[in-house]
Amino acid sequence: MANSNSALVTKLLLIVVGMFGFGFALVPLYDVFCDITGINGKTNETAAVYYDGQVDESRTITVEFITRTHTGMPWEFRAQTKKVKVHPGEMNMVEFYVRNPANKSMVAQAIPSVTPGQAALYLNKTECFCFNSQPLAAGGESLMPMRFYVDPQLPEDIHFFTVQYTLFDVTGNGTDDKQLNNPFLTSFSDN
Amino acid sequence: MSKATEIISPAHGDAGAHDDHHEHHIPKGLMRWVLTTNHKDIGTLYLWFAFIMFLVGGAMAMVIRAELFQPGLQIVEPNFFNQMTTVHGLIMVFGAVMPAFTGLANWLIPMMIGAPDMALPRMNNWSFWILPFAFTILLASLFVEGGGPAFGWTFYAPLSTTYSGDSTALFVFSVHIMGISSIMGAINVIVTIFNMRAPGMTWMKMPLFVWTWLITAFLLIAVMPVLAGAVTMVLTDKFFGTSFFDAAGGGDPVMFQHIFWFFGHPEVYIMILPAFGIISQIIPTFARKRLFGYASMVYATASIALLSFIVWAHHMFTTGMPVAAEMFFMFATMLISVPTGVKVFNWVATMWRGSMTFEIPMMFAIAFIVLFTIGGLSGLMLAITPVDFQYHDTYFVVAHFHYVLVTGAVFSIMAAVYYWIPKWTGRMFDITLAKWHFWCSLISVNVLFFPMHFVGLAGMPRRIPDYALQFADFNKWISLGGFAFGLSQLIFLAVMIKACRKQGEPVSDQVWDGAEGLEWEIPSPAPYHTFETPPVVK
Repeated sequence: MANSNSALVTKLLLIVVGMFGFGFALVPLYDVFCDITGINGKTNETAAVYYDGQVDESRTITVEFITRTHTGMPWEFRAQTKKVKVHPGEMNMVEFYVRNPANKSMVAQAIPSVTPGQAALYLNKTECFCFNSQPLAAGGESLMPMRFYVDPQLPEDIHFFTVQYTLFDVTGNGTDDKQLNNPFLTSFSDN
Repeated sequence: MSKATEIISPAHGDAGAHDDHHEHHIPKGLMRWVLTTNHKDIGTLYLWFAFIMFLVGGAMAMVIRAELFQPGLQIVEPNFFNQMTTVHGLIMVFGAVMPAFTGLANWLIPMMIGAPDMALPRMNNWSFWILPFAFTILLASLFVEGGGPAFGWTFYAPLSTTYSGDSTALFVFSVHIMGISSIMGAINVIVTIFNMRAPGMTWMKMPLFVWTWLITAFLLIAVMPVLAGAVTMVLTDKFFGTSFFDAAGGGDPVMFQHIFWFFGHPEVYIMILPAFGIISQIIPTFARKRLFGYASMVYATASIALLSFIVWAHHMFTTGMPVAAEMFFMFATMLISVPTGVKVFNWVATMWRGSMTFEIPMMFAIAFIVLFTIGGLSGLMLAITPVDFQYHDTYFVVAHFHYVLVTGAVFSIMAAVYYWIPKWTGRMFDITLAKWHFWCSLISVNVLFFPMHFVGLAGMPRRIPDYALQFADFNKWISLGGFAFGLSQLIFLAVMIKACRKQGEPVSDQVWDGAEGLEWEIPSPAPYHTFETPPVVK
């Protein structure tokens, strides 16, 4: 009986270890699930390809832009356009203003979130400041563009959705130095 | 140590050399309890530990109710109030209800299946003795600078990661230890039931308490590791710079809720399935009829356990899920009421035309059926997604889970203790005092929790130390009920102390007129070692 006990205990311990691993596996699974389904308002994290199909002029969608900065983040951050009416399929550009009032260079990362979450799958950004972290010298300011189109497949019942950007301070998170020296980003933050 | 040596020199068996094959030797003093590998001793330790934690957690509830007795802030600071709600929840869940069920499992499962002890007695000793350390750490965290955990027992990120004190580390380690204890206890239960049943004790002859505990044990080993993972992620997010739940680093605070409730929902069934087993043992005894629908009870328990894994997001309806997901979790949750309804139906059908008598365990069991069903019905209301937007995070939720946990789980534990304690001590407990305990508890618990439904529907949020004036009258009643319920438990303490001092009339082996099962065939009080030769089950 001692043998059958230890065999069973081994199996049960394997379940325990497996479930501990499963708890952590939920983290990537969650991201994959949200990417595929678009729930949770997560938008594409890399540039989408340009849309070359038909623009659906029969529908008008209102897209609203909200900005906020995370607790402790001193930057000024606002959308130059608060609301824009678009036709599904047409390209649009909006700009966001940022200023770093601190007396040191900082790096920021904007995280988007779309409400209602289902609309996130149909918001295609071909260019976005949120794809990369954004360095800004002390006192520097910048206009950051975002180009997007709304997929004509957007469900019929959605006429209005909100895109919210939250700006986080990521200074000192390891990748900054490289990015601070990135010529593209430096010139970008100079305009 | 061989058996022969022991028989030759029984006096040599000091506590340090104690071996569970001793026939008639019980080591004395404190070391008996520290070193014991006897399932009955460990069961007793678990039950007293749970009772002490019940009183400690109850004292915290008294602080909460004293503060809420009238609007405004009068007795404690809001931060301390939050620590009280948090630690009250943690202690009642992990310190009172779960150890009490494990204590009952230790005492009863070997006696019910005709085994001499649990399969892994040394691990059994460990799984109990790490618990006091876990709760010492948790309680000590209340006294460190900045105070103990104040983020609710659900420790949602970012409350527990960004806005918590340094004592979060103590909280995390204590939860780790509690989890390890539960997992070891669960493994022991499974191995005992799989490998140590007496000849003839086939699966479908096992008493329902054994069945429900077996299924509970599988739930424990499936979800306690997920809880361990969740607290570990909180620990590394807070202290080691990871970003599991921090959007700035690519994480997501809502994911915390998914991981937590993936553990949390099976956890609530961990706290109620053994209660179903207890009630299924008690009702047939005092109705003097066989349990109606034994097989359906087993299948219903298993279905509830399986369904518990696919309903977790009903705790998160207001986080902004797509309608399709809300519908799925709503219907899956409502589906659980089918097997639960089967159980309630079977208990009532068992009583139907039975020769019922109303001894104390039966009174608690009937109170369980009625009041647990009230808690189940408010659970169904909460499952309806659109109305949950109104009920979410209000006292309606507090009323719901206290009906299922206090008048559900806790009443079933009290019923179980009253039912089996004459077998454990060999004496009948003080019936008059026990009746006082029952009636005082029954009345006060309803004064305590029933008005919470009303203030919840009217919009009073949970976990706040102050409230709007229109809730004042109901809260006064709730607090008075709370104090009365707290004091009633001192009667229970008195009954238990008297019972453990072996005051009272000796009882027969069967104890209760209609009791059936292996545990009622051994002498009263149950000898230190039972079923060293396995009984034959017909």
